[in-house]
Amino acid sequence: MNIVIVGCGRVGAAMAETFDRADHRVVILDLSTRAFEKLPSSFGGEAVRGDGTDEDVLRRAGAEDADLFIALTEGDNRNIMAAQLAVEALSAKRVVAKINDPVRATAYAELGIATICRTGLMMDAINAYLGLPPSGIAGMLEPTGHHPGGEHHRHGAPEPAVAAATVQPTGASSPMQEN
Amino acid sequence: MFVLVVGGGKVGYYLTKELIESGHEVALMEKDRDRASQIADEVGSIVIPHDGCEGKYLAEAGCNRADVVAAVTGDDEDNLVICQMAKHHFDVPRTIARVNNPKNEELFRHLGVDELISPTRMILGSIEQDIPVHELLHLAALGENELELIEAHLQEGSPAVGRAPKDLNIPEGCSLFAVIRDGVATPLRPDTVMQVGDKVIAIGKTECEEMLHDQLIGGETVRG
Repeated sequence: MNIVIVGCGRVGAAMAETFDRADHRVVILDLSTRAFEKLPSSFGGEAVRGDGTDEDVLRRAGAEDADLFIALTEGDNRNIMAAQLAVEALSAKRVVAKINDPVRATAYAELGIATICRTGLMMDAINAYLGLPPSGIAGMLEPTGHHPGGEHHRHGAPEPAVAAATVQPTGASSPMQEN
Repeated sequence: MFVLVVGGGKVGYYLTKELIESGHEVALMEKDRDRASQIADEVGSIVIPHDGCEGKYLAEAGCNRADVVAAVTGDDEDNLVICQMAKHHFDVPRTIARVNNPKNEELFRHLGVDELISPTRMILGSIEQDIPVHELLHLAALGENELELIEAHLQEGSPAVGRAPKDLNIPEGCSLFAVIRDGVATPLRPDTVMQVGDKVIAIGKTECEEMLHDQLIGGETVRG
């Protein structure tokens, strides 16, 4: 598989290493070359310094038609934008964006992007350890729709690759009603 | 009109002040507390010291009743998210985004942002107007249906020179409506014969651009 990871933090670096060891073609991007120090010296993939929300940079890094695109920077909005670029402009087949704000995580799952929310994941992990009930905030959401502007696709971007099966827990309703 | 401005930098600050002066109802969101209180000292309690990318603060700011949301922070990704949240979750009829990277315009438009303002492109357009160009100039993007206001500077060798609009094959959905000759703008009528040095102003869909280019510029494309 062709795999693109934006953001070489702990998770990004570890996933890049894992995919690389499994003989996938991995490209990892970060704004800082120092971030790549987290990669092992044996890493056989490509580490590209650049802005993962810049279409030109992504193209040069070979992100077009990626089988898997994961946006894992520290900025929710950067991940959102990178993920939407991947779907709409680069025809990535599967896209995951880390969005730590639960409201935005739900909103963008509804707009066709698989989202992972650290807030929900950690709360549920801690709750489970303490024997408390789940938080009601989803940790991982599959895309449940796609954004309504879909008729102007430039490169024939695919429908969300994952079937629209919601894993949203009961309790978390429409994103705006959580407040 | 109720306008929600997100981003209290220079653009957001002056925009807010101008809107107030024009008698509009305005709310300004600025996530930096110091900057927010600094602006609030001047314009009063309409400043919300929170991040306009967060759904819950957008709701508090009254986003659901906004007629216009203008996302004018310095970060394209933030402006995109603000407009998408406004559009898809608060049903705001009109969203405007400041776009710094001109390459993002197409993506933003495609993702449902109604209007894009690109200072980079404007400055570029301004520079290009001062030098001979062999390309169409993009003057502005117009709201819905991906319409663009375009200028063509007719040079020697342009297929349009010596001909009138009615003799050209102008693509459907596109209109040549004015000509600037010797600094004077006049309406371009179907039988107005165009000359070298004319600046022809057209309005049309983005996808007509290539045909317009062939008709007005012609020949090989040379970057100005």
